[in-house]
Amino acid sequence: MSIKKHVKVGLSALALSVSLSSVAAEDPIKVGILHSLSGTMAISETALKDTMLMLIEKQNEEGGVLGRQLEPVVVDPASNWPLFAEKARELLEKEEVDVIFGNWTSVSRKSVLPVVEELNGLLFYPVQYEGEESSENVFYTGAAPNQQAIPAVDYLMNNIGVERWVLAGTDYVYPRTTNKILETYLKDKGVAASDIMINYTPFGHSDWQSIVSDIKAFGSAGKKTAVVSTINGDANVPFYRELGNQGISATDIPVVAFSVGEQELSGIDTGPLVGHLAAWNYFMSVDNDANYDFIDAWIDYKGDDTVVTNDPMEAHYIGFNMYIEAVKKAGTTDVDEVKDAIIGVSVPNLTGGYATMMPNHHITKPVLIGEIQDNGQFSVVWETPSTVAGDAWSDFLPGSRDMISDWRAPLRCGNFNVATGECGGASE
Amino acid sequence: MSIYRLLARIVLAACLALGPMLATAQVQDDTARDLLKQLVEANQAEKLGLLKEISETGDERARGWLEAFRGGKLAVVEDTGNVVIVLNNRGRDWEIADALSGDNLGEMSRRDLETVRVNNAMRAQVDGILSVIDLTVTDPQGRLDAARNLLGDVDATLAEQLEARLAEEENADVRAMLANAIAIHRLEQGDAEAIDVLSGSLNPTARAALNTAANGDDPALAAAASKALASIEQKLKINHAAETLYFGLSLGSVLVLAAIGLAITFGVMGVINMAHGELIMLGAYTTWGMQQMLPGQPGLALVLSIPAGFLVAALAGIAIERSVIQFLKGRPLETLLATFGISLILQQLVRTVISPLNRTVVTPEWMSGSIMINEALSLTLNRLYVIGFALVVFAGLMLIMRRTRLGLEVRAVTQNRAMARSMGIKATRVDILTFGLGSGVAGLAGVALSQITNVGPNLGQNYIIDSFMVVVFGGVGNLWGTLVAGLSLGTINQILEPWAGAVLAKIMVLVLIILFIQKRPKGLFPQKGRAAEN
Repeated sequence: MSIKKHVKVGLSALALSVSLSSVAAEDPIKVGILHSLSGTMAISETALKDTMLMLIEKQNEEGGVLGRQLEPVVVDPASNWPLFAEKARELLEKEEVDVIFGNWTSVSRKSVLPVVEELNGLLFYPVQYEGEESSENVFYTGAAPNQQAIPAVDYLMNNIGVERWVLAGTDYVYPRTTNKILETYLKDKGVAASDIMINYTPFGHSDWQSIVSDIKAFGSAGKKTAVVSTINGDANVPFYRELGNQGISATDIPVVAFSVGEQELSGIDTGPLVGHLAAWNYFMSVDNDANYDFIDAWIDYKGDDTVVTNDPMEAHYIGFNMYIEAVKKAGTTDVDEVKDAIIGVSVPNLTGGYATMMPNHHITKPVLIGEIQDNGQFSVVWETPSTVAGDAWSDFLPGSRDMISDWRAPLRCGNFNVATGECGGASE
Repeated sequence: MSIYRLLARIVLAACLALGPMLATAQVQDDTARDLLKQLVEANQAEKLGLLKEISETGDERARGWLEAFRGGKLAVVEDTGNVVIVLNNRGRDWEIADALSGDNLGEMSRRDLETVRVNNAMRAQVDGILSVIDLTVTDPQGRLDAARNLLGDVDATLAEQLEARLAEEENADVRAMLANAIAIHRLEQGDAEAIDVLSGSLNPTARAALNTAANGDDPALAAAASKALASIEQKLKINHAAETLYFGLSLGSVLVLAAIGLAITFGVMGVINMAHGELIMLGAYTTWGMQQMLPGQPGLALVLSIPAGFLVAALAGIAIERSVIQFLKGRPLETLLATFGISLILQQLVRTVISPLNRTVVTPEWMSGSIMINEALSLTLNRLYVIGFALVVFAGLMLIMRRTRLGLEVRAVTQNRAMARSMGIKATRVDILTFGLGSGVAGLAGVALSQITNVGPNLGQNYIIDSFMVVVFGGVGNLWGTLVAGLSLGTINQILEPWAGAVLAKIMVLVLIILFIQKRPKGLFPQKGRAAEN
């Protein structure tokens, strides 16, 4: 213990002397945090901002990186999509941050994308998304559809024996793209069109009576039925409540959700929901010491015994550690060098394995299926035998089937069409 | 499935024949502990066999063990190997009790416990076992539920046991349910007579079985099943229509509740209050606060929230009126912008002071679930209460406006402010009270909405547009108009929704209102008389 401490003191002394010797070059590393702290998305994004602050604080206690401290720069894009682009520009041009961690919704990411590409910034995006994108400047630490939706459907089909499918989603780009992928996938697997029901609802939909009643009717055709839900955060509470009230239990018609995590469940009495499913790459209940330590640190940081952790928080944990490793490997925070250095970097995740940054800027993740418990947590009932690498371009959409993304030299292309052999050859 | 059926048979036999004898039997604690420990650590296939062994012991504690297993509450202490039941699994330290003696062992860190993994399939198995046991309980409702749970899960051996049970059963409903359970099994075996039993049933499982038979290989059976299905479909259509009407009234009552406060502040007083939604939100947060103050008594808290929510929202409304709106009298554009600003301030205030996250408002026991009219039609209780509450609030407001001095003064001031003042009515006081009343009613709406939707900072935003829509459609200044408009918009929406989808239905309703307003600019029930001219 004492030796460790001595080494630590020695190291920080060394770092101090290094930093003293080369004056201006040793400014702190600036980490931009671009998460909404007000407006509709504050419900989800505030926790991510705090996660980043906690990780930065911890890293600084350990002496920072390359002998330099990290300095968070927090801005509030206020759930306003154009404001995301303005704030990203402010972070890169005015604050001159070295890296940005941020965004939740796909539309906000799409708004920031041209800015980080133009100013050659780095963005770590921590939320599961619809794929069909690969940018040189963005690292996708959340799940692509093949790391969440497809394995979940496989589980329902093979382990539960589901034959009839309801694809229910909120009406925006993520559910529409995901459902298009799933519909093609199901049809490839031999599911008849009459056994697939697709339903879209507006944001914040609160009156689910007739839709739940429709699902109930659809499910009474003598075949095992399941709902695949891409319903967005807020609308889920009344949806599940209506399911419970109309007496649909998970043993009759299970609902597997891709946007419902511990955070969303903390707003509901989960008693009637026991057994409904969610597919993620991390659950707070994962029985693993790294995870328990992370939860303890989070609870201490927030000073609240009831706070929960969730999948996007783990994605930030992984993304942050990957960035630190890449900076160490490159020996600099220069964007181009970090971009090259980070490919192939492996860091531990919170579920007992490792996450590796792939050449397409997506990472490897295990896929977990959890069932909701009465304490608002999930119990893992199934997981992929090994980690799955994120696929930027889905194999189940006509336009993207032939595309690959590889940001290593010499290809350096996010949308290489293997059929035509051209970069940028979207074949839609 | 076969293990479960075997198991079900054994348990049933045990219950029916040896019930009284076995009820007091106890296995050796060591054997039981061993079994339970294996159960926690086993894989799925082994678990089924172990469940069987445990219920075969006939131990009186077996039911408790099975229920703990079902809820994922069975655990093994990693160091000692002791089997425990988790009593409280929230937070980092869990309260546990010894599975065998039932002694409370206090709290233990979650890290040191290995909990059992249960999934839906296993839960269904346990449900089956428990249902078979429950067929002999004294409460007829319990027997009915147990029999309903067995629908579609009956095999040959269990069917025989059920026949025996049917002969003893006295309650007509339970008899019918048991007969259905047996008939579904018979139909699966290809027995055409079973269709006669099932032909009147509206139960989804029965219908599913008939559907399977109708698509089966045996042409005679398929024809009979199709015929039975056709008659069921007819009944279902009527039930479906009734259900849609109920859904419509329920959505409508929510709209009426949200809009009725606005009907007073906007309709009667003419103030465009964009912060109306946030007053609703305050009411909902009051309910949450009440439940925090009275833990364990969600029902009482909800009832107390009705006056509390009214007061909180009314006071907030009066504060808004005194601080902003009174200075903007007769300038609707400025009022609109100022109150919109207030709505943003209130939302962000809740985000910073309470939390950006949604808050859990517990639904009391007596408001959960549904009343079953028949197998195909059940009315959800929370919505039934909301419909009733909306009507009571409406009746109360009508009384105040028509029968009290305040109502009279309000009407006088709105019709001709100068004349009313010259008659000695204190117009300012009336303004305050009216705005307070409208705001308070918004608070009541919040209390009701907390039982239906999210309690979060965005609650109000979701209802403000709908509220204005209802008031304008119904006719500004007319409470009856608001009631009729709310209920009819709700019903139209629910009729359109299954057919057009939720997004399109909403758009269609809006287009419908625009067209209607073009034709009748003053809404369904326009104000009549001289007051309407201003």
